[in-house]
Amino acid sequence: MFAVQFRRDWLSLMRAKDEAINPLVFLFLAATLFAIAFGGEPQRLTGLAPAIIWVLVLLANLLSLEALFRRDFEDGTLEQLVLLAEPPFAAVLGKVAVQWCLSGVAMTVLAPMVALLLNLPVGVLPALMLGLLLGTPALSLIGAVGAALTVGLRGGGVLLALLLLPLYLPVLVFGVSATLDTMAGVGAAAQFYWLAAISAMALTLAPFATTAALRISVEQS
Amino acid sequence: MTLKEFWHRLGSPKWFYQMSGRWQSILAALAVLLIVAGMIWGLAFAPPDYQQGNSFRIIYVHVPAAILAQSVYLALGAAGVLLLVWRMKMAQLVLENLVGFGAWMTALALFTGAVWGKPTWGTWWVFDGRTTSTLLLLFLYFGLYALRRAIPAREAAGRACALLAVVGVINIPVIKYSVEWWTTLHQGATFKLTEAPAMPASMWAPLLVNVLGAYCLFAANVVAKLRTAILRQERGAAWVREWALRESTR
Repeated sequence: MFAVQFRRDWLSLMRAKDEAINPLVFLFLAATLFAIAFGGEPQRLTGLAPAIIWVLVLLANLLSLEALFRRDFEDGTLEQLVLLAEPPFAAVLGKVAVQWCLSGVAMTVLAPMVALLLNLPVGVLPALMLGLLLGTPALSLIGAVGAALTVGLRGGGVLLALLLLPLYLPVLVFGVSATLDTMAGVGAAAQFYWLAAISAMALTLAPFATTAALRISVEQS
Repeated sequence: MTLKEFWHRLGSPKWFYQMSGRWQSILAALAVLLIVAGMIWGLAFAPPDYQQGNSFRIIYVHVPAAILAQSVYLALGAAGVLLLVWRMKMAQLVLENLVGFGAWMTALALFTGAVWGKPTWGTWWVFDGRTTSTLLLLFLYFGLYALRRAIPAREAAGRACALLAVVGVINIPVIKYSVEWWTTLHQGATFKLTEAPAMPASMWAPLLVNVLGAYCLFAANVVAKLRTAILRQERGAAWVREWALRESTR
């Protein structure tokens, strides 16, 4: 079920690439705005870069989550998924995995380029990327709960941000502090363990909540 | 009446309405009594702090508000479980009617904290562990409110909020520990279950009275709101019509 859902979502996203690419463009665009807004003083950006990158990753992730269930909701696929005898746990996980590949993994890969825009030292890049790789699964998994709750609603985008950003805070805190500690030359193992722990917890709990949320959203439509 | 029977009856709005009239008056009286006594005791008779002088007295508002802010969210999470698992009618009413009270308590805790922080810390607002998690709690309340307003169908809105409240309750400890990652400026909790308070009894005793008073106020508020909501929800039911007739001809 997981593999089937993953393949299906992957193919449909590959055929409508802009949906996956736009949040990544947003990431670059917003980072550029920050760099320009700070004008001719790139050295001032260095200390702020980890925070800026992580906040932008959070926001870009929100943008790509909004579409996670929308099309399936509109064409009725979601209803069929919820009606299956088997709980749609694996299917939900498959959908989230595709979303994570195209937001979390893609942003991890692109992070060095964003970091260069913001004048982050090259030596910190491994810590930034490791943090993103460990932290973004939690963002996608927790985000799926919010996306499932708001899927049929008008004005869902702002609502999604309102619901999810407070829940994203721990990932932001540990992600930024891991990068900053590495920059200061202090080990950041504890923060990486925390990020991994949050992602592991989200992996075990969030799919259940997402499934329940999808039931609620489908039943009311 | 056994506990099991009580539990089943609690799920019935009619039974709750008929029983809760008395509870409401008792709780409201207790709340007024405790809060008035606690405030007079705390504001007029408790000794001033050796460092902070009289400005510490704001804890008699601040701490009850902050404790309630968290308790109400926990109560929402508990009601959420009841609604999702047993589809208890009363839990839906609780979810709909507690959010406002909790949000106001959180706002009150933040406001009194800022007023106290200005003379004591020299600043209105600091991003330390406890203030940040309280601020986030306020955002969680806003999220619940916004989600309920956004979903037109009442039952679906209730269940969506229930799920969100449960997710929020699971997340609160993680949020709390993550924001405490930064060195924290705020003093530890005044009341801990594991050890005696650090302040003298003449200071914390009135605080305890105020906290209990705040809980009574909360309970009286919940009961009053639930009673109104029950009448609105069950307005088509025979017992409500009989009640209305009896009230209007009295």
